[in-house]
Amino acid sequence: MRLLLSAAIVMLSCPIWVNASVLPEKQVHETVLDNGMKVIVKEDHRAPIMVSQVWYKVGSSYEPDGITGVSHVLEHMMFKGTTSHPPGEFSRIIAANGGTENAFTGRDYTAYFQTMASDRMEISFELEADRMRNLLLLPEEFAKELEVVKEERRLRTEDKPTGQLYEQFLAVAYRSLPYANPVIGWMNDLNHMQVDDLAKWYRRWYAPNNATLVVVGDVVPEEVFKLAKHYFGPLKREQLPELKPLREPEQKGEVRSVVRVPANEPHLIMGYKTPVITTAETAWEPYALEMLVAILDGGNSARFSRDLIRGSEVAVSASADYNAFSRLPGMLMLDGTPARGQDIDQLEQALRDQIARLRTELVTEEELERVRNQVIASKVYELDSVFYQAMEIGMLETIGLDWRLADRYVDELKKITPEQVREVAQRYLRDDNLTLTRLDPLPMDNTKPRQAAAGGRHGG
Amino acid sequence: MEVKLMGYRVFLLLLVLFSGQLLAGPAIQSWTTEKGARVLFVPAPELPMLDLRVVFDGGSARDTIPGVAALTSALLEEGAGDWDANEIARRLDSVGANMSVDSQRDMAWLTVRTLTEKRALTETMDTVAQVLGAPRFDMDAFERNRKAMLVSLNHDEQSPGAVAQKRFMNTLFGDHPYASQVEGTKESLARITREDVLAHYKKYYVAKNALIAIVGAVDRAQAEQLAELVTAGLEPGEPAPELPPVADLDGPQTLNIPFPSSQSHILMGQPGMHRGDPDYFVLYVGNHILGGSGLVSQLSEEVREKRGLSYSVYSYFSPMRRNGPFLIGAQTQNAKAAEALDVIRQTLARFIEQGPSEAELTAAKQNITGGFPLRIASNSKILGYLAMLGFYDLPLDYLDTFVDKVNAVTTEQIRETFKRRVKPDQLLTVVVGREPSAR
Repeated sequence: MRLLLSAAIVMLSCPIWVNASVLPEKQVHETVLDNGMKVIVKEDHRAPIMVSQVWYKVGSSYEPDGITGVSHVLEHMMFKGTTSHPPGEFSRIIAANGGTENAFTGRDYTAYFQTMASDRMEISFELEADRMRNLLLLPEEFAKELEVVKEERRLRTEDKPTGQLYEQFLAVAYRSLPYANPVIGWMNDLNHMQVDDLAKWYRRWYAPNNATLVVVGDVVPEEVFKLAKHYFGPLKREQLPELKPLREPEQKGEVRSVVRVPANEPHLIMGYKTPVITTAETAWEPYALEMLVAILDGGNSARFSRDLIRGSEVAVSASADYNAFSRLPGMLMLDGTPARGQDIDQLEQALRDQIARLRTELVTEEELERVRNQVIASKVYELDSVFYQAMEIGMLETIGLDWRLADRYVDELKKITPEQVREVAQRYLRDDNLTLTRLDPLPMDNTKPRQAAAGGRHGG
Repeated sequence: MEVKLMGYRVFLLLLVLFSGQLLAGPAIQSWTTEKGARVLFVPAPELPMLDLRVVFDGGSARDTIPGVAALTSALLEEGAGDWDANEIARRLDSVGANMSVDSQRDMAWLTVRTLTEKRALTETMDTVAQVLGAPRFDMDAFERNRKAMLVSLNHDEQSPGAVAQKRFMNTLFGDHPYASQVEGTKESLARITREDVLAHYKKYYVAKNALIAIVGAVDRAQAEQLAELVTAGLEPGEPAPELPPVADLDGPQTLNIPFPSSQSHILMGQPGMHRGDPDYFVLYVGNHILGGSGLVSQLSEEVREKRGLSYSVYSYFSPMRRNGPFLIGAQTQNAKAAEALDVIRQTLARFIEQGPSEAELTAAKQNITGGFPLRIASNSKILGYLAMLGFYDLPLDYLDTFVDKVNAVTTEQIRETFKRRVKPDQLLTVVVGREPSAR
C-alpha cells in the first residue's frame, strides 16, 4: 500500500516523468527521397556531435542455406574499397575527421554508422552513398577478410562453451525460421563462400529503397534532407525480392538437447516460442510478455534475483529475455548457471517453478508498478546517448515498424494488467512449446594450464 | 558545396587542426565535504537525471588477501542499516534507479543513476548513504558472494582470453600489490573471513580516501547537499598510503599455456606509464598510431588487414596510480600463432626504431582532436572523466588543455620516448592455446 501511494506522489509531483517519457515528436523529422530511401532526423543539441546510421533491410534471417553468414561477411567487405576509394580509405577518412565508425549485422538488419562532430556530417553521407552502390569486392581482399571473419567466429563461438550452447539451442529450437542459423554463419558455409555470393547479395539488397538513413544530434533537419538528397538521391532504386511470409509450425512437444564441450560450469537455456509485435494477432500480448520478463528479471529486486540467486540460492546467475521487436516470431528465453553445491536439475526445476507460478498466481500491483517506473526512467536515461536514440529509430523502421512505436511503448506497457500477464504465461509458457538445452561440461583436465613452472614457462 | 569524390583528398589536407580555445571541456566545480571527501561537479540541466560516483582508493592493490577488495565492494549492496538486500534493491528499482558497485586494482567504486524527480532522488540518495555508511556484511550474504566468486573463477578458466589476461597481469607485476588477482583465487577466497572484509572497509571506505563525481540536473547547492548526504555515514579517516613503484621487467619472459581452444590468445607487454606521467601525451598519441586507433593502426594494418590473422589486434597503455601495463593483444588460430607473434614483434620493433611518419602523426592528431567533442558528449562520459581526474589528482583544466597537448606532440618526441620507455628485449609474452607442436 505504501508503495502504491508513493508511486502516485511521484506521478503527481513531477509531470516531467510523463513528458520526458515520450520522444517529443516535433523533434523528429522524416522524408522519403524519390528513389525510396527513407531519411529520419532527430534533433539533440546537447553537444556539437551527430551520429549517422544507414540501415539495410537484410540480415542473417534473409539468407538461404549454404550461404549463411553472407550478410555479415559483406558488412566486413564494405570497408574494402569502392571505385573511387581504395581499400581502407573509408576508415582513414573517418578517422582523420575525428570520427568513430563501425557496423553491425543482426538477424533482421545490417547497419553502418559514424559518430562525428556535427559539421562533418557531409563526409559520412558522401562515403556511405558511394559504398551503397559502388563497392569493388576485390577477390584478394575478400580472401583475407574471410579469414578475419573465421577468426571472429572462433573468438565468439568455437572457443566459448556458452557460445556453442546458444548456437545449438537456436538450431534445435527453430523448425522452419531462419533464426535457426547463427548471424556469423556456419563454419562450413564460410569455408565455401565465394566473392560472387557477396556480389549477388550486395546487388540485391544494397539499394536506396531498401535503406533508412537515421541522423541524431546537433543538426538542422532541412540541411540533413538537402545533403541526403544530394548524395543518396542520384542512386537508382532496385527491384527488391518479394519476401515469403515465414512462420514457425506449431511445436507439439518439449524438445531437449545437450551440448558436451570442455568447460567448468554447466549452463541451461530454456526457450518458449512467442509472438512479437510484427506478428501478434492480439496487439497487447507482446507487451504483456515484456512485463512478464521484467517481473522475472527487471533489476535486483525482480523474482530471479530475489528468489533464485538470493532466497533459495539455487542459481549464481539467472536471466530472462524477450524481444518484442523482430521481423519474425521469436522466443522468451530463460538461462542460468547453478550455484555451487546445486546441480542443473535443481536449477531447471526452479525455473519451471517460476513459470508455473506465473501461470497460476497473479503478479502483484507492486511488481507492475516497479516495472513501469523502471521503464519510464530508462526512457529518460536513453536520451543521454545519441547513438542509442538513432539505434531505436533505425531498428524499428528496419523490421517494418513505425519509429513512433517507441513513443507508445511505455503507454502500452502501462496498460498491461496482472490478468494479461497470467494469460500470456498460460498461452505461451507451456511445456509443449519449450526447447531446453544444457551445457554438459567435459573435463578440461588433460589440457589444463600446467601449474608447475617447468611445464608452463619457457624463459627467453 | 559540391564536393566531388575526387576532391576528397584535397578536402582532407585543408582540414585545420582544432585549436584548444574552441574545444574546452565542461566547467568543473570542486570542493571538499565536511568529512573531507573531495567533490567534482558538472551541472547538466538538459535531462532530468543525475549520475553520481563515489570512488575509494581501496581496490585490489590494497588486498590483504587476494579478493578482499572485490568481496567488500560486492557486499555493499547486500545489506545496510535496517535493510537487507531485497529492501535495498526494492527501494532503487521502485524509482527506476540503477546502482552498481565494482573494484579494480586502484579503485573501488559505487555508481548510481537516478531521475532528479524529488522522490526518486531522495529515495536513491538515502539508499546510497546507507549502503556506503552502514553496510552490514551479513554472514549469509558473505558466504553466498564468496561462492559466486568461486563459480566466476571457474568461468574464467573456461576462457582462453581470461586465462591469458590473468597470467599476464599476475606475472607482469611480480611482487607489487598490483599482482594481486582482483577476483581472488580459489585458495585465497577460502581463507577470507568477514573480519578481513570489515577491516578493509574500515580502513579504505573513509571520506578522506574518497572522491565524489556528480553530473546532472541539480544546482551547486543541491550537489553540495548530496555530497554531504552520501558521505554522512563515513568516518573521516585518512587517505590510503602511497603504493610502491612498479619495477621494470629484468628480461624477456614467455609463458606458453596449453588450452583446448581453436585460437591462441597472445598478450605481450611490460609496465607502461602512470596517470600524470610527464610522457603521457607522447605515449598516448604514439600508441594511437601503433595500435590504439582500431582498424587504421599499424598493428591492425599488419596483422588483420594485410594478413587476415586476427579479428582483433590492439595495443594500449593503461595508466594507473603507478605504472600500469603497456599491452599488445591479438587472437589467431593455433597454427598461425607463431606467424602472428612474428608480425607483432616486427611491427613493434619498427615502430620503436623509426617512430611514426609525419603523415601518420597528422592523421592521429586529426582523429584525436577532431574526436574531442565525442569524448564529452554525454553525462556518463563526463562522469567518467570527473572520477578519473579527481581520483588521480590531475589538474581540473585537463580537458581544456587536452587538444593543445595532443597537437604539441612531434614525431621526434614519439621516437625518443618510445625508445626510452618501451624495451623490446624486456617483453612479457603470454600465449594461451594449443601448442602448434601438439597438433
